Amino acid sequence: MGELLRPEEWTALRLSLLVATTATAASLVPGIAVAYLLARGRFWGKALLDTLVHLPLILPPVVTGYLLLIWLGRRGPVGSFLADQFGIVLSFRWTGAALACAIMGFPLLVRAIRLSIEAVDGKLEEAAGTLGASRAWVFAAVTLPLILPGIIAGMILSFAKAMGEFGATITFVSNIPGETQTLPSAIYTFTQVPGGEAGAMRLTIVSVLVSMAALVASELLARGIARRLAA
Amino acid sequence: MKEGLTVDLDHRQGSFRLQAAFDAPPGVTALFGRSGSGKTTLANIVAGLVRPDRGRVSVGGTLLIDTNSGVALPRHRRRIGYVFQEARLFPHLSVRQNLLFGRWFAPRAEAGAEFGSILDLLGLGQLLARRPAGLSGGEKQRVAIGRALLAKPRLLLMDEPLASLDEARKAEILPFLERLRDDTRVPIVYVSHSLPEVVRLADTVVVLDEGRVTAAGAAGEILSRLDLFALSGPREAGAVLAARVLRHDPAFGLTTLGTPAGEIHVPQTTVAVGSTLRVQVHARDVMVSLTRPDRVSALNILAGTVAEIGNTLAGESSLTVRLDCSGAPLLARLTRKSVAELGLSVGMPIFAVVKSVAFETSHRPPAVREG
Repeated sequence: MGELLRPEEWTALRLSLLVATTATAASLVPGIAVAYLLARGRFWGKALLDTLVHLPLILPPVVTGYLLLIWLGRRGPVGSFLADQFGIVLSFRWTGAALACAIMGFPLLVRAIRLSIEAVDGKLEEAAGTLGASRAWVFAAVTLPLILPGIIAGMILSFAKAMGEFGATITFVSNIPGETQTLPSAIYTFTQVPGGEAGAMRLTIVSVLVSMAALVASELLARGIARRLAA
Repeated sequence: MKEGLTVDLDHRQGSFRLQAAFDAPPGVTALFGRSGSGKTTLANIVAGLVRPDRGRVSVGGTLLIDTNSGVALPRHRRRIGYVFQEARLFPHLSVRQNLLFGRWFAPRAEAGAEFGSILDLLGLGQLLARRPAGLSGGEKQRVAIGRALLAKPRLLLMDEPLASLDEARKAEILPFLERLRDDTRVPIVYVSHSLPEVVRLADTVVVLDEGRVTAAGAAGEILSRLDLFALSGPREAGAVLAARVLRHDPAFGLTTLGTPAGEIHVPQTTVAVGSTLRVQVHARDVMVSLTRPDRVSALNILAGTVAEIGNTLAGESSLTVRLDCSGAPLLARLTRKSVAELGLSVGMPIFAVVKSVAFETSHRPPAVREG
């Protein structure tokens, strides 16, 4: 047996893992904040925020990618501002791929966390308040530990979504080997060239393995937490 | 500023209106009333969980809320140790972490109950490493009480802490509550609709009915008033006497108590000679005789006069009579027929007769603890 994967295939895998990890990590804090707002907040425009968050789930991914390109591309209003003021360029970079993946996975992340926040017994938070914990402390010491299973579930969903994201990514940052070519883009490229079936199959197997590993990891984590709460 | 709890509130919740004003001195104050009378709403307002439409609450001289002057301490700065009906322990923390949760936020400089002494007081030493999910109802409630006490509260607020427990668990916790009352100096507000609990624990009683305070004052006084029976039902009605243990008589298994009404004999208790306790004499256990009965099995015969004859509702065969035995109130539940045949009237001298076996003392041998 020779090498399992070819160098460019390794590159695609590494890049996909980097993009998915970055997307999930970057959307975690905003995801918890938005989930908390949607679960507990009472404010004007809540329905609008809810719709906005869920939009990427409903829109064709290509549309989301195109909107990102218009807004955040080099010549887009936000993109040109970021480039001129901070030297940050997202289009046709792996960071842009991470952003596209984060936005596509955001509704899944928020939904999982929001459901677990809604399941938290408000009476426990009241009790913590009477024991001297301010709202911030109540969240940190009571709410957050209790919604941990939901957070993990949301992160796994977001990560899996990012590993598989194709439409928005390829539209926003294209399909540049070594920079923006993630596993799905690489598989797509293989299917477009004669004799690419073996490469497509190898990367498909890799995709399945990564997804399964993520699922098993989340299951183990969730079980560990459930055991801690029940024992 | 007053030392205990001062409340003056007007709050509307849907169609329910709570209008309550009272002062409670330090010690144990029972908020007594049937369910729906506004007890829990009042407790929630004191703890800062509900904001009143109008009113003022202060504890130990500290203003918690005053809608007139715009003072409203947030709940986490009120330092009210709230023990809820359900223990509300944090499921993700061990018993030790639950107990120390409030201690973390309490002011360091403030003197408070010591961890070890609370463990002893509530019998929690064996439970520290356990998780709430593995505890019995009684154990959970004890941990909740300890957690509230360790937060160095200005006031311990207990909302029917025994309501969710069965009789055996209640009997397990009540002695702990009595020790709490006697050993700590934290004022306690005890919300309850259970007369026996109030009798055992309260120094002061505030009676709530449909959102209004219908009576407030010292426990002995309030608990012997005829007009409050409607709340507890005639079966539970009875006077409460403050008593001192005079001597034990192991040969017959009796204890002699000195009360303002005279010496009474009750089934032997474990309470040391010289200590004080409270006894409730149920109205249904008291007989009235016009002459001092002799050659009768009942050991307790107390001289007194008729102080008040209660009203009878149509169709009821019995009524309650308040007796005055050397200044101490005693209640007797008598049939209308007996009252008529004896010709009882206010001021008449009588003898109250109570069987010793009828007595309920508030200090029983401690209940067996759970393993």
